[in-house]
Amino acid sequence: MSLASQSLTTLRSQLASGDISSRDIVEDTIAQIISRDGEIRAFISHDPETALQEADQADLSLPLGGIPIGIKDNINVLGQPCTCGSKFLEGAYTSPYDATVITKLRAAGAIPYGRANLDEFAMGSSTENSAIQITENPAAPGHIPGGSSGGSAAAVAAKLIPATLGSDTGGSIRQPASHCGVVGLKPSYGRVSRYGLVAFGSSLDQIGPLTHCVEDAALILNAIAGEDPRDSTSLAVKTPDFTEGLDAGVSGMKLGLPKEYFTDDIDPEVRERVESAAKKLESQGAEIVEISLPHTEYAIATYYIIAPAEASSNLSRFDGVRYGNRAENPANMLDLYQNSREAGFGSEVKRRIILGTYVLSSGYYDAYYRKAQKVRTLIRQDFENAFEQVDAILTPVSTEPAPKMGSAAGNPLKHYLADIFTISANLAGNCGISVPLEPVKGLPVGLQILGPHLGEQTILKVGRAIEG
Amino acid sequence: MVDHTIDVRYVANLARINLSEDEIERFEEQLQGVMEHIAKLSEIEVEEVEATAHATQSSNRVRKDQPIPGIGSEAFLQNAPDQGAGQLRVPKVVDA
Repeated sequence: MSLASQSLTTLRSQLASGDISSRDIVEDTIAQIISRDGEIRAFISHDPETALQEADQADLSLPLGGIPIGIKDNINVLGQPCTCGSKFLEGAYTSPYDATVITKLRAAGAIPYGRANLDEFAMGSSTENSAIQITENPAAPGHIPGGSSGGSAAAVAAKLIPATLGSDTGGSIRQPASHCGVVGLKPSYGRVSRYGLVAFGSSLDQIGPLTHCVEDAALILNAIAGEDPRDSTSLAVKTPDFTEGLDAGVSGMKLGLPKEYFTDDIDPEVRERVESAAKKLESQGAEIVEISLPHTEYAIATYYIIAPAEASSNLSRFDGVRYGNRAENPANMLDLYQNSREAGFGSEVKRRIILGTYVLSSGYYDAYYRKAQKVRTLIRQDFENAFEQVDAILTPVSTEPAPKMGSAAGNPLKHYLADIFTISANLAGNCGISVPLEPVKGLPVGLQILGPHLGEQTILKVGRAIEG
Repeated sequence: MVDHTIDVRYVANLARINLSEDEIERFEEQLQGVMEHIAKLSEIEVEEVEATAHATQSSNRVRKDQPIPGIGSEAFLQNAPDQGAGQLRVPKVVDA
């Protein structure tokens, strides 16, 4: 069995006993990528030389000492390219600094390794919007890996690397984790610093781990969580040890099934898997109750105003002046902006910038953006009310298992509507995790466990109970 | 019936993006579908509801006014498409 296929806990004990070295793990990861990633295309680039040097200097006494972790290609790692899956930055950008999560991973002894593919600027849910390459779903060839952290999920599912980081703005960690059959955790808003993550929707984005198991997600969250003076939205709260009490079980917990989520739109077998998971937890002593999140039907409309609005503002920095590719021979400044952005951005990014610019434009701001912010409050309150009754919420991650590649081409609304179960957690700022269930017709399916704000310990416990 | 058409050509100019005629036509049609879905929000009354700008509702957090080192102009300019004399170089802004 390859080292890249093993859990962090297993690797740590093998490192501690001296059976293996950090170099062994990094060499295995490099070998896995070189021999097998040509077909999967999870990684856009990787840098063996730097990683091997870091492996030889790794401090194995640290919690993640000597373990390589893949990084979504929208998180800055000093000296490495950061393409965001875009032609705008491809071949034209080398990160001049480490994102805070990278600084923290290094402090925990980990070795950031490889740049994982994504939908361009994290906009999409199939990784088909990457301008660099298309990623295969290793668990279901011919099917999308999900997205936008599709490369991060596929890399773990294909056992190319022990774990990866992704980012989640509307489900971009949880949905690819579900489609590829791995664990994916979106921390609560403010739990993890966003400094050095290329911003998409600043009030929604969070970085989180994709891993082989729940315990690994807890170990990585331990390393990356915490207040950061460079991100004023990171919270000044104590970071608990997320591995503590992981096996405490769900006895006495109250878990909610939101009635608005179990509609006829769900694939009946996906629904059956989620209901079976609830029964399993019930048999372990949890109480399962029906709850209501009444504003669910407005979540997609709200999200597709707020996220593009924030994106249109955030992506104004890609103007061909400061970094990235600049259009040739511009006649004047306006020309430089317009031509660089035309050539650099793909269709989905352009579409969202247009939508976002429109809802923020004079005369429409109150009707769309302001209104969406108010509905966002109602969605947040739905969850606050729900979490007064239950400890966590159980839902599907997606209405169906991973669709075939190309199945939603040319119909962005179809793609957007598929995000229904994941986006509310971003609007409300809650945490959520996707944990693999029994596949449907050979295709992976995840259970989403949603927790209250800063309720990661609870959802990790429930996730562990599902695995066990 | 409310018109949900976005004048894509006009908005693209605001966003400083050139679009081809084909893209303008395609986006207009695709975004019309999205705007029709978004119109669902007109069903709910939110007059008395406070807006949520940020999930954690924090505001005006300030750090101590202490200088910390940044990445420095040299490192920054390594990614510049065009530069000179420690500055970013761009086409002439003011017409003669």
